[in-house]
Amino acid sequence: MSDFFSAGWSVYIAVATVAGLLGCLALLIITSRARVDPKSDTGHTWDGDLRELNNPMPRWWVVLFIITIVFSFAYLLMYPGLGSAKGLLGWSSADAYTQEQARANAQLATVYARYASMSAGDLAHDKAAMAIGERLFVNNCSGCHGSDARGGKGFPNLTDGDWLYGGSPETIVQTVTHGRQGTMPPMAAALGSAQDVDNVANYVLSLSNSAHDTAAAEAGHAKFIVCAGCHGVDGKGNQAVGAPNLTDDTWLHGSGKAAIVRMIQNGKTNVMPAQEHRLAPEQIHVVGAYVWSLSHGGPGK
Amino acid sequence: MTSQPAAAAPVRRPVIPIVAEPAVGLYRAEKKIHPREIRGRFTTWRWVFVALTQLAFYGLPWLQLHGRQAVLFDLATRRFYLFGLVLYPQDFIYLAILLIVSAYGLFLFTAVAGRLWCGFACPQTVYTELFLWIERRFEGDRSARLRLDASPWTVDKAWRKTGKQASWVALALWTGFTFVGFFTPIRTLVHESAALSFGAWEWFWILFYGFATYGNAGWMREQVCKYMCPYARFQSAMFDRDTMIVTYDGGRGEPRGPRSKALAHADLGAAGKGECIDCTLCVQVCPTGIDIRKGLQYECIGCAACVDACDGVMDKLHYPRGLIRFATENGLEQRWSGRQMLRRVFRPRVLIYGTVLLAIVAAVATSVAVRRPYRVDVLRDRGTLAREVQGGRIENVYRLEIMNATESPQHFRVAVEGLTGVVVASEPDLEVEATGERSLAVRVQVPVTTAEAIGSGIRPIRFVIRRDGDDRPPLVERSTFVIPR
Repeated sequence: MSDFFSAGWSVYIAVATVAGLLGCLALLIITSRARVDPKSDTGHTWDGDLRELNNPMPRWWVVLFIITIVFSFAYLLMYPGLGSAKGLLGWSSADAYTQEQARANAQLATVYARYASMSAGDLAHDKAAMAIGERLFVNNCSGCHGSDARGGKGFPNLTDGDWLYGGSPETIVQTVTHGRQGTMPPMAAALGSAQDVDNVANYVLSLSNSAHDTAAAEAGHAKFIVCAGCHGVDGKGNQAVGAPNLTDDTWLHGSGKAAIVRMIQNGKTNVMPAQEHRLAPEQIHVVGAYVWSLSHGGPGK
Repeated sequence: MTSQPAAAAPVRRPVIPIVAEPAVGLYRAEKKIHPREIRGRFTTWRWVFVALTQLAFYGLPWLQLHGRQAVLFDLATRRFYLFGLVLYPQDFIYLAILLIVSAYGLFLFTAVAGRLWCGFACPQTVYTELFLWIERRFEGDRSARLRLDASPWTVDKAWRKTGKQASWVALALWTGFTFVGFFTPIRTLVHESAALSFGAWEWFWILFYGFATYGNAGWMREQVCKYMCPYARFQSAMFDRDTMIVTYDGGRGEPRGPRSKALAHADLGAAGKGECIDCTLCVQVCPTGIDIRKGLQYECIGCAACVDACDGVMDKLHYPRGLIRFATENGLEQRWSGRQMLRRVFRPRVLIYGTVLLAIVAAVATSVAVRRPYRVDVLRDRGTLAREVQGGRIENVYRLEIMNATESPQHFRVAVEGLTGVVVASEPDLEVEATGERSLAVRVQVPVTTAEAIGSGIRPIRFVIRRDGDDRPPLVERSTFVIPR
């Protein structure tokens, strides 16, 4: 056992435990044999005249003590307790945990079995499945994406049909399982001067008909080719690399020129953590369908 | 030196014990107590309480209401059914209040008339009575039982003991079964019992509760009261000199002793005798084996069996009843009448206990009467405090947990108030299944004009939750609305 520096400690603890139990037993035997004068008291006096007499205890009380000692020996024989001895049953809390988990998973499997063959579209119509999906979502996803799945600054809205990596059920399952890491590199140096950055930002704003300076946007058009590698020549993004569509007036990290300039200057790495170690594939199948349903008329509809 | 005859000093002789007290061990086997059967007022009262409490205990699980068990504590789904009431774990406060009421009830009764609970309603007393009744059916009354215990084993003794034990076990198992019937529907248990297919925990509790009943009422009996029960020990703290307790009137009774049956009550003084004929019936009927004539003892559970026994003897002798009776210490000393003692019942201690008890009972009764059959918890989303949506409107997200404590599906509508133009932007309607619980993600928005007018910060808002067809004022839950910088 790694808790001990040397095997000596294990022996020490085993000996101390057994000696303690034997000591208790010896005490019981000695006191059982003791004889006292029933008229005498224990020497304890309270309130001046309240004496504690030597009244015998009921014998069953002692029997209870003996039972606990017998129990202790039986327990120590069967379960780990005597130093690093494993006990006859070979029980360990780690095993118990694994078994419990296996049992829970087996139970879970029966619940999810009927959903395995169903498509996301079918699941979205299944009230029971969507109730499970909602609970999974609330417990695992709502911390970032919000209880209503509409996200917030930096956390994508999952209800608007606008997807960074694609909104097919398969892609959603992929995203949930393995997570995503989206990187926008700092591009100011590649673009040139601060004026160039400003111009490109105006051009980006013009793509979605947001408020912008037309002349600056015109000037930035040519420089946008630097961005087109990811965002596409038309600025509609590329779901293969998670590059956002810049033309739809949906702004994950804030709208307006200042936010865009800041993004070009500093870049951004945004992470969707992988859930494969928290959720079973069957669960991801259901929660994925729930997320899919949010932009397809709502769960259960 | 004057020689003066010494005053006749009382002669003091050392008492030389004839036989030395035998030394005893620190532990002693307890002698089995065989209380004598007795009839009388208080014994009748005890049987009334046995009947009432056990009718409630054994009978309640069989009552049906709305197609389900009327009283059921469903631990698996965490719903607790008390006749028409459906309680949630959130209503746990009622259990706390029930315990407080019980405690104050105990304080009050104990201050007024001692250990009434112990003597008449405590399960330990009640089950001991039932087990004693069975014991008497098989082994006869006290003297027969004493003889039987002392006699060698015969076929007769064997079948009597076996019959008694079998009946005890049967009653104990039935008790355990009934106990579990409060947690698993008892009709389901009946079906399971046909094939003995109880669940592991059902098995455990039937056997454990049954074993505890059998052991405590069959074997431990007064030992529980004397050595295990904490109530027994602290109830004496609630006694005072005006508490009615079971007492022996020494002034009337002493000097005790046998006498000719012809000795009339009026001639007792002349004969130099008290009323106590020392028949020891009061000791024989005592379930804890004490002699009440020695005064108040901690073993006394206030069952008044000795009162009944003594009254019977007094009746036979045509002496007035009440040599052993419920009386107060003050009353006994001052020779007060029952009426005078009763007057002392209304003393500050009793009045305070009574007032507090009444106040709590009234409060809980009101609380149950006006209790809403639904409950709502408002949880702010923590991930996203606030966000700006189309038109510069500010949006906050909340999760409302709506619990339906009725046994039919209910329709709820959520509204919000507290800020100018504040609205629920998401679906405000929700149906919650019978005794179910659902959560609703609620988006609340305020117009940009409000946000600009009151500036950034955390503002109080109120959710108003209406239940369809409920004409009482709607439920209002407080929360906050964040307007970002």
